[in-house]
Amino acid sequence: MTYNQNRSTVIRLIIVVFALILITKLFYLQVISDTYAKKSRSLSVRTVTEFPDRGLIIDRNGEIIVFNEDAYNLVVHYPFSEKKFNKSGFCDLVGMDSVEVEERLIKAKKSQYNGKGVFMKNITSADFARIQEGLFQFQQFSIEARSDRKYKHNIAAHTLGYVAEISRTELERDAEDYYDIGEYIGKSGLEKYYETHLRGIKGRQLYLRDNAGRLKERYVGGANDVEAKIGEVLPISLDVLIQEYGEKLMAGKTGSIVAIEPSSGEILAMVTSPGYKPEMFSMKNLSKNYNALLRDKSKPLINRAVNSNYPPGSTFKVFMALIGLQEGVITPNTRFRCNGGFHLGSLTVRCHGHAPSPNVGYSIQTSCNAFYCNLYREILHQDRFENIEDGYNNWKSYLDRMGLGQKLGTDISAEKPGNVPKAEHFHRIHGKNRWNYARIISMSIGQGELLLSPLQMANMAAMVANRGYYYTPHFIKGDSVPAMFKEKHELGIEQKHFDVVVDGMNKVMLQGTGAYVKIPGIDICGKTGTAQNPHGENHSLFIAFAPKDNPKIAIATVVENAGYGATWAAPMCTLMIEKYLNRDTVSQRPFLEEKMFNTEIKIVK
Amino acid sequence: MSEGIYGQSKIDGITLFLYLILVAIGFMAIFSSSHGAESFSLDFGTKYGKQLIWIAVSLTIGAVLFLMDVRFFEVFSYPIFAIFMVLLVLVMFLGTEVNGARSWFSIGSFRLQPAEFAKFGVALALARYVSDIDTDMKSRRYQMITAGIILLPIVLIILQGDAGSGLVFFSFVMVLYREGLSGTILVIGIVSIAIAVLTIAFGFVALIITLVILGAIISAFVYTNTRILRNLWLILAICIGFSKAVDFGFTRVLQIHQQKRIQVMLGLLDDPQGLGYNVNQSKIAIGSGGLLGKGYLQGTQTKGDFVPEQHTDFIFTSIGEEFGWVGSTVVIILFVLLFLRISFLAERQRSKFSRVYAYCVLSILFFHFLINIGMTINLAPVIGIPLPFFSYGGSSLISFTVLLFLLLRLDANRENELASDY
Ligand SMILES: [Zn+2]
Repeated sequence: MTYNQNRSTVIRLIIVVFALILITKLFYLQVISDTYAKKSRSLSVRTVTEFPDRGLIIDRNGEIIVFNEDAYNLVVHYPFSEKKFNKSGFCDLVGMDSVEVEERLIKAKKSQYNGKGVFMKNITSADFARIQEGLFQFQQFSIEARSDRKYKHNIAAHTLGYVAEISRTELERDAEDYYDIGEYIGKSGLEKYYETHLRGIKGRQLYLRDNAGRLKERYVGGANDVEAKIGEVLPISLDVLIQEYGEKLMAGKTGSIVAIEPSSGEILAMVTSPGYKPEMFSMKNLSKNYNALLRDKSKPLINRAVNSNYPPGSTFKVFMALIGLQEGVITPNTRFRCNGGFHLGSLTVRCHGHAPSPNVGYSIQTSCNAFYCNLYREILHQDRFENIEDGYNNWKSYLDRMGLGQKLGTDISAEKPGNVPKAEHFHRIHGKNRWNYARIISMSIGQGELLLSPLQMANMAAMVANRGYYYTPHFIKGDSVPAMFKEKHELGIEQKHFDVVVDGMNKVMLQGTGAYVKIPGIDICGKTGTAQNPHGENHSLFIAFAPKDNPKIAIATVVENAGYGATWAAPMCTLMIEKYLNRDTVSQRPFLEEKMFNTEIKIVK
Repeated sequence: MSEGIYGQSKIDGITLFLYLILVAIGFMAIFSSSHGAESFSLDFGTKYGKQLIWIAVSLTIGAVLFLMDVRFFEVFSYPIFAIFMVLLVLVMFLGTEVNGARSWFSIGSFRLQPAEFAKFGVALALARYVSDIDTDMKSRRYQMITAGIILLPIVLIILQGDAGSGLVFFSFVMVLYREGLSGTILVIGIVSIAIAVLTIAFGFVALIITLVILGAIISAFVYTNTRILRNLWLILAICIGFSKAVDFGFTRVLQIHQQKRIQVMLGLLDDPQGLGYNVNQSKIAIGSGGLLGKGYLQGTQTKGDFVPEQHTDFIFTSIGEEFGWVGSTVVIILFVLLFLRISFLAERQRSKFSRVYAYCVLSILFFHFLINIGMTINLAPVIGIPLPFFSYGGSSLISFTVLLFLLLRLDANRENELASDY
């Protein structure tokens, strides 16, 4: 009897042990592992997304530049059950044969993300109406509406940027997990920088679905739903009138024009040439145009205004003079001898013909090289400096405050910082402190290692226009301008010194190198420059602001391979100024305008 | 014995209570899995409506059992067994084919599965035979007949194409163990299963090579003792023969889909879209329940019909998803309490027939419970057997109810058995 009772105990033990095994495995599945909870959600919850219209972009005068047109994507939701899929009916609906449907399904499945794959992109409005009507029979599919970009003014492609389908990498970097596959995101320019502002908030409704993909009730009673919010209008500082005008002036040439409102740092125009029309990068057109433009040898995708660097040439002399005056190594009346140039031993820096021994004002007006070679010596080799490094760093500190050799931090990305070498650079070449001003003399006239972007040059014009400070150049306008664009950057140069150089720049336009392009009735201050180009013809440069008192516009122009600054860059600058200040009035110099519009300057290598 | 205070003809309240609560929870689960929440109406065309009818029928049959002479089943156990065996044969010719198995009788819109009821007949016959005063446990004849009672229905049901329901009868080994089955036979049984699994997993050739090498190594140590050597190689030869038989049975007798099912269950094949699909969906439903579950009628997988056969074989997924680990554990504990109670009832019987019958009931219920819940969480093969008292379906509910209620009837009458036993 005890023998058999032992056996009944064994049986009871077996029952309890097996039950414990079940309970333990259940504990693992239900409490420890979260795999199944995740799978459950992705299987049984479908998100219906509502895409709000993207924000409009308007110019400084309220003129609409970018608006929207509806575009539709047909998306397939996973898990996709072939069994319950009426394929022939679907083929009829989308107007494809079964092979194409199959291929698209495979492609969509491969690229699926968050349970969704794009079956068909950019459905035309005619197809949309038809597909929409029959789609209720195919609940594993849905149509998602987006806004495609349209351009009322087909200008400023690089500045505006474009919108396109989000890439895998972008999806992976999307920390807040906002985007899904097939969605659109600002890829460059302002569309990228102000993406969160422009995109609005997409609406989200979560539904339970069954194993055939049919939507059932709201998931958790709609507790996790999000209401769609339309994208905000983005007011920008561009002036459509001069942006358009600048693009016409630059047509057929290579280079850039940047215009800034000095009192605010707002960018009025940013022209880069050769370029492209923003419409070419709308959703519909992007794929066919992008690669062609990418392969184009003239590199139309590069925004030269921020992404190309040039030696500033003689335009830099204005700033040398300012540094010299602030350092006290010269006064407005200091004169340096010039007999056809600067001579030191075997070193010669040539000069153009002008009256000998210029002072500061006259040196700017005539762009005397000798004056600045001498001035550089005075600035770098002051008694208070122990060595050349001290002197050089003191000089460079002014350039640092001007934002040269560094990214300005404007609101379009892809800025190139330019180049202002560190003292170490020359230590490496010549030995520590075994060099002097003569070794780096070309920088005193804006050549050599010194490189700036057109945006930096325009910003320098703005600094002079403001007599000593600048705001980081930017495009955003209106209430949402971030604090960093309202911060005043002081140069540490007294205002009285500016009066001297401004007079000089004014005389450039009256009697000097820019006299040829003066405009009756507008008091312009400018400075020409010619940047030596080791690869070919010199670059033509010009910086200017106007009017002389209470300036409204500061501007820089670079025309590559165009020779003297006075010949191309200066007329373009002044035409831009004239257009901006006189608006719709016909130019007083139609001949000049015509010449600029119609001349093509080929890059000769 | 303190049980005497219940007096004569008293139903064991604890067992009845556990039965009723399990049936009630089972009904809730079926209600949930058949979308009762969306459009509730007392419609007997719905799954839960039909199940309500089956519950009523089961309780009625249970009540009728109490009106019958308790000795009827003991006396007529062999004829009852014979009738069910005949039905098992007939269904192969007259039955309706469902899911590849010809194991259902269709009567109008109702379908009956004789395999479910055959358990009852086998339990009676086994109890009768094992408890027979003339039966000598040690005799070869006794052993053969006992094995025959168990194997006959297995063969018949497997011939119908429903291997899962057939395997249930192997659970009677538990009864035989309780009644003194030799440990050696159990060891042989376990070794046989191990060899069968290893043959399917690694193949016949690999297995015999391993066995021969193993035998050679052992022989090297015991080469002086010729008796051990002879027995060793005899056993090895039997093993190899058995392995060959399994190999033949697996590759030649079983159909491809059955082979695959066994391979998936042994973890040799991974096939989430095919045979493993149900188990995968089942694990997702249960696993997503978390600690406390999504709430009754709130299961997303249950509502979305993601688990195939949820209201029948995978009914436990509804519990797991909507009541979480706590709910699942409570259900398992209720089952365990029922099993322990049945074992307790078994041990207090004075009649050997009653005791053996009680262990038959216990072994059937426990096997269903273990395999059914095990398969929903990928611990046991998907052999398609119901969870007692939970799974939708009249045949299984009535069959389990009759099994259990006859036990209650025998137990209530146990005081009167005293005289008849001696
Ligand atoms: Zn000179």
